[in-house]
Amino acid sequence: MTKNTRNFRVAGVLILAASLLTGAPLVRALEDKLVVVTSFPKDLTGAFKAAFEKKHPGVEVEMLKKKTTAGVKYLQETASNNTSDMFWASAPDAFEVLKSDGLLQKYIVKATGIPDMIGAYPINDPDGYYKGFAGAGYGIMWNERYIKAKKLPAPKEWLDLAKPVYHGHVGMSAPSRSGTTHLTVETLLQGEGWDKGWAIWKEIAGNFNTVTERSFGVPDGVNSGQFGLGVVIDFFGLSSQASGFPVQFIYPTVTTLVPANIGIVAKAPHPEAAGAFIEFLMSQQGQELLLDPKIRRLPVRPDMYSKAPGDFPNPFKDKSIGAAVKFDVVKSKNRYNLVNSLFDVMITYRLNDLRAATKAIHDAEAALSGKSNAQAQKLIAEAKALVAAVPIDEAKGLDKDFAGIFKKKRKKATDKVTGRQAEVEAEWDNIIKANYTKAKALAEQAKSML
Amino acid sequence: MNYFARTSLGPAGVAILLGLFLLVFLVVPVAKVIFVAFQDPNTGALTLVNFADFFNTSLFRESFFNSLYVALMSVVVGSVIAMPLAYFTTRFNFNGAVLIQTLGVIPLIMPPFVGAVAMQLLFGANGSINLLLDEWFGINIPFMEGLNGVILVESIHYFPFILINLSAALNNIDRSMEESAQNLGANGFRLFRRIVFPLAMPGYVAGASLVFLKVFDDLGTPLLLNVNNMLAPQAYLRISSIGISDPMGYVISVILVLFSLFALWTSFLAMRGKEYATVQKGGGGLMKRDLRTWEKVGAYAVVIFTLLIVLSPHIGLTLLSFGTIWSFSVLPDGFTLANYQEVIGTTSDYITNTMLYAGLAALIDVVFGTAIAYLVWRTKLVGRKWLDYLATGALAIPGVVLGIGYLRTFYEVEVPFIGQPLASWWVIIVVALAVRRLPYALRACVAALQQVAVALEEAAENLGATKYRTVKRVVVPLMSGGIIAGFVTSFATAAVELSATIMLVSAESDAPLSYGIYVFMQSAAGRGPGAALGMIAVIIVGVATYLSHRVIERGKREQALDAALAGGV
Repeated sequence: MTKNTRNFRVAGVLILAASLLTGAPLVRALEDKLVVVTSFPKDLTGAFKAAFEKKHPGVEVEMLKKKTTAGVKYLQETASNNTSDMFWASAPDAFEVLKSDGLLQKYIVKATGIPDMIGAYPINDPDGYYKGFAGAGYGIMWNERYIKAKKLPAPKEWLDLAKPVYHGHVGMSAPSRSGTTHLTVETLLQGEGWDKGWAIWKEIAGNFNTVTERSFGVPDGVNSGQFGLGVVIDFFGLSSQASGFPVQFIYPTVTTLVPANIGIVAKAPHPEAAGAFIEFLMSQQGQELLLDPKIRRLPVRPDMYSKAPGDFPNPFKDKSIGAAVKFDVVKSKNRYNLVNSLFDVMITYRLNDLRAATKAIHDAEAALSGKSNAQAQKLIAEAKALVAAVPIDEAKGLDKDFAGIFKKKRKKATDKVTGRQAEVEAEWDNIIKANYTKAKALAEQAKSML
Repeated sequence: MNYFARTSLGPAGVAILLGLFLLVFLVVPVAKVIFVAFQDPNTGALTLVNFADFFNTSLFRESFFNSLYVALMSVVVGSVIAMPLAYFTTRFNFNGAVLIQTLGVIPLIMPPFVGAVAMQLLFGANGSINLLLDEWFGINIPFMEGLNGVILVESIHYFPFILINLSAALNNIDRSMEESAQNLGANGFRLFRRIVFPLAMPGYVAGASLVFLKVFDDLGTPLLLNVNNMLAPQAYLRISSIGISDPMGYVISVILVLFSLFALWTSFLAMRGKEYATVQKGGGGLMKRDLRTWEKVGAYAVVIFTLLIVLSPHIGLTLLSFGTIWSFSVLPDGFTLANYQEVIGTTSDYITNTMLYAGLAALIDVVFGTAIAYLVWRTKLVGRKWLDYLATGALAIPGVVLGIGYLRTFYEVEVPFIGQPLASWWVIIVVALAVRRLPYALRACVAALQQVAVALEEAAENLGATKYRTVKRVVVPLMSGGIIAGFVTSFATAAVELSATIMLVSAESDAPLSYGIYVFMQSAAGRGPGAALGMIAVIIVGVATYLSHRVIERGKREQALDAALAGGV
């Protein structure tokens, strides 16, 4: 054996060893595992797990189900020793929180044929940290047996829910509990303006039967007939219907479509499999799974709607869904926690007072109808204004320093914020409680005159 | 020398180990989370300003009084439910006493979510009962409105604490006391009021204080009934909102812990300076007598009515699990086995995990509970009461806080040989369950120990038994009723725990039943299967409880036999 050939062989072995060590074959193999932290129900995750595992044999998908808030906390607390690959949930704001904590990594989707916008909302995070895979919009669902038994009309618009006939029949979740509920609240605030938007919310809330702690509590309550109507995200309504419950769902004119999202966790142990999962989710095959009656989400690929059942809403064709409001993402982000807090102080925690005031106003208005009594009319108007009043105006709500009180944490030790959330909330609470009490008294006074 | 080493160092060593366990798995994780309560939200400096905010906010003051009111009312309603059941089954020869005692524990096993759904479907404003009432009489009774609903559900859910502890105490009363009273002319209600009930007081107070503390701190029920104006939900809502870390949630947690300890201390004071122990054992328990026919009818009527009420969530759950669609109607539209078919394939892992976790946790609890009870009531160690306070304080820690605390403390601790963070190893779920349920076992053990006379131990030691031998051969056997009661409550409640578990489950294969139910109950189509899974949980825990009752009964009979034989020789 010549010296030359031996050198060649040594070099060959070295190259082989090097390629083995660095693990750089031409086609990268997927890892054998994928851990997805998700808030989605089993009906959805089960279908995708089965289909993905079939397409990529050898990858075992672990769906770790946590509700969105618990999922975010879980990823935050486990970041130092991360074992999760993906976060898969509805609320874009949960992804915003993870993104700002540096817990997500960028990914560029290879699949094509997905537009930039669904309704008036951008499908993907502009910075590339998370991707929308399905659309969802808010609307009203109701229990047909319930409204028949109670002789209620079917609603069409948000404002219908404020009618006296629905008093005590409406349910909704709180924006602080559910990111998608937050978007509904914010959409109306942007669509109708700060003061009018809050006034409408409080008129509707005056008819609430309950504010549920989980967003799923709303469809659950409507399905069982605990209350008749609920403000819900479309797939809750559509999938309840598909499961056989006697319920209906409509989109009001002012609504917004928001994407449900997926993102890869920073330092994910199985990044290749995670990328493959996103590609699968965006592919025709993955998007078609969304049309399953138990899942019922709006695909982000417009070409999928030809395969959907006849009554399936198509946001890319029917421009009335989610197009009425141009959603300002920055504005929403800046006052995010502040809006949550205002809603809780004015509605969630003071629901009994609000309901009592609303009932008194309804009664006074009913007594007034057909009669003319200027003074009673004035008292009722005063009562309504008191209920509608918001402790701060829009400018203050967007004031960076003020909104900073509600920020989740100080970014730097040098950041100085004056005022504490609890202090501000206590102040608001006093104003609100006094307003509701006085409104009730005024409405009762008006009624006694008639 | 050896004797001394065992008597003084042994207990001290055990106390230190227990203290360390509680420090590592309760104090440190919780402190890591709730120190935020003492931090100025703006500057990060240490301060008490958050507590001032708490007392300045009318919403929090209102929440505090609501929680207090609900807790007190639940003790009252729970006592009304528990007393007849406990009295009848221990006082009279009653067919199926074991069955009644077992059924009496079932309400503790209310699986998350499904229990509340079932209650709403039965008692809600548009539930079965109200739909019927409306049809027949045109009335609607607000069983489930606001605080009423919370009181109803809580007392149905937690009255077994009173039942179990009171029954154990009644069974431990020395028969001679009753005989003496009768010889002196007391009988009927006077006998119960002046002799029997006061002697059973430790058991009653143990149960009632558990109910009070548990209801005061309970989160699940008010949340599921959407009642926000109470302390625990206020804490939870603030801690778990996306993106907000308002210190008030942690402030409320601190206040919950402090108030719970205060309530506990009050119950200590109430019990202090009284002697409940009775010397004679073996022929213990009240004299059982046969009922006259009309008495029997009355007793059965009371028992059946009570059972119907307390088992109503489970009756609803049964209907839900076999029903097709149940919506605004008295009964489901149709019945099916499909829900069970859907869950049957997926449950075996959940069941094994649940039995393993809850079983281990309950075992740890009774061992630690007995040890702490003994250390606190039988030794003079410095700071021994703090073990009790610490262990009981766990009752007031919201599950989320403990869960987050564990993740925060143990995620960077690798388990040797497993190569996995401690926080994602399944054992951590067992530890969390054990810590959360320790107060239950502890109360039961303390009550049992208080009824054992020190004289019996002194006698054993005079006869040359070491401390260890005395505890093993005399104290523990005499406490067995209370220990089993503690095991059953810890096991049954651990089997359906969710709030800490949901933070700690890091792989589906490690998940217990309650997590499986949660997964199903997230979608409209999952309600039936979720209920079916809930039924499976109830049945498993129910059977386990029944079996452990049987074991005690057999143990008692054997003891009685041994005593008789010994007497014969």
